[in-house]
Amino acid sequence: MTTIVEIDDLKKVYDGGFEALKGGSLDIREGEILALLGPNGAGKTTLISTVCGITNATSGSVRVGGHDIVTDFRAARAMIGLVPQEISLEPFETVIRAVRYSRGLFGCKRDDAHIEKVLRDLSLWDKRNAKTMELSGGMKRRVLIAKALSHQPRVLFLDEPTAGVDVELRRDMWKVVAELKASGVTIILTTHYIEEAEAIADRIGVISGGQLLLVEEKDALMQRLGQKQLCIELQQSLNELPEALADFDLDLCDDGASLVYTYDTAAERTGIARLIAALTAEGLNVRDIQTRQKSLEDIFVDLVHNTGNKEDAA
Amino acid sequence: MNWTAIAAIYKFEMARFFRTLAQSFISPVISTSLYFVVFGAAIGSRIDQVEGVSYGAFIVPGLVMLSVITQAISNASFGIYFPKFIGTMYEFLSAPINFLEIVMGFVGAAATKALFIGIVILGTAALFVDLQIAHPLAMLSFLLLTCLSFSLMGFIIGIWASNFEQLQLVPLLVVTPLIFLGGAFYSISMLPPFWQTVALFNPVVYLISGFRWSFYGLADVPIFVSLLAIGGFTVICMGVIWWIFRTGWRIRA
Repeated sequence: MTTIVEIDDLKKVYDGGFEALKGGSLDIREGEILALLGPNGAGKTTLISTVCGITNATSGSVRVGGHDIVTDFRAARAMIGLVPQEISLEPFETVIRAVRYSRGLFGCKRDDAHIEKVLRDLSLWDKRNAKTMELSGGMKRRVLIAKALSHQPRVLFLDEPTAGVDVELRRDMWKVVAELKASGVTIILTTHYIEEAEAIADRIGVISGGQLLLVEEKDALMQRLGQKQLCIELQQSLNELPEALADFDLDLCDDGASLVYTYDTAAERTGIARLIAALTAEGLNVRDIQTRQKSLEDIFVDLVHNTGNKEDAA
Repeated sequence: MNWTAIAAIYKFEMARFFRTLAQSFISPVISTSLYFVVFGAAIGSRIDQVEGVSYGAFIVPGLVMLSVITQAISNASFGIYFPKFIGTMYEFLSAPINFLEIVMGFVGAAATKALFIGIVILGTAALFVDLQIAHPLAMLSFLLLTCLSFSLMGFIIGIWASNFEQLQLVPLLVVTPLIFLGGAFYSISMLPPFWQTVALFNPVVYLISGFRWSFYGLADVPIFVSLLAIGGFTVICMGVIWWIFRTGWRIRA
């Protein structure tokens, strides 16, 4: 697969001395959806802003389609579409004029057929003559996407496209992203929702404290980090764990009313069957069972902790 | 040069102007008429003539300059401040355009609007006084250069301002007083000698003097000095803007 965006040792230090990016390198493959996952303030937006030309890098380089973003910025930027995190639109302008304007800014000749297609794909065609300030939050965000797609970019950056968006809209957005990918656009999105990265990304990059901790295929990552918890609700509460269950990684919760078993989905044996058998042998009746994926926070703690250990060892 | 982008910015900015065409048109007509009533009729009736020109006609170039300068500054500063305020600045920074193209789009539109207002005022003035234009080409050049240079200045103010109050600060505190003291309504030669010297430090004096010369052949300062002053001012503004975009001051982190 060809690389479309090459980020090499990118550093950003703000005037106050804050190091927002500490020298990350990243190759983005053509046609993929890459999710950059990280908590607030991790450096996700700084990374995107630097690639898109909104922030100047302190050092390092970025090439988009082989074009350097500084020395050959016209060719590089012509390939990029950016959907910012904040909803910012000219309030008195109509949807279609705003989208046409963006196309013009990118130096493309007016193309009503393309604009119509973009607006239809984003379900905005009926609203094309509405002023942007009259639209709902979800629609405004779609207008931002339409603006970013107006000049037919090959790479689309979506900065937190679903922050503060309800579940239904989030799913709509995922659908839009999937359709864009199908049309051949490379998509980089930032998010702090692990479900989002899981639902749509091909690869996931984890970023924290200005450092790119890892970039991996989603499936491999989910499996590697895929510790799950099995919550077993009991019919009778326990005061303490029975001796026979001491071998298992179990915790008593809810005043003894449920057991939480932590296991690794990547392991050869999860031990669930053995645990259930042991429970039955102990005469404990199960009322309900549920499993829970490890949360993003847990994953971060693990990752950051591990990275910290490695650094200490080095 | 990304001409399509320049045209896009220019048209977008002009559209804002045309949306409020009535206001854009009526307010300068009314304010000019008021100036003629107050200065031309009330005061002017007691001042016979200034160097052979009726007082009403004498103040026309100054009135045009007053409106053109104020309009150029307010249009250009608002034009670039608004995207900063609502957050759409990101689009200009991420588009394949350079600073010169952004400036050409915004300043071009602001200068066009100011020019339009200037012409409207001249037209209104012609209804009140007998207007003569001795050097039409010079008149047009001065008008165009004034529209351009003060639009550039407005652009700088718009980039600098971080709130609406600051946007008004320079026009109210610096520009308007300079215009009023710049001989818009009187000839510098009418001042006592000391204040004549002080007046020569006011850049607007050169502008109004040159512009008035193109109408009546009357000037407080030599015409080439006026041209030099307005030309120099344009170059300074361009230099500041070049520096702004080079360093990303107040625009790019």
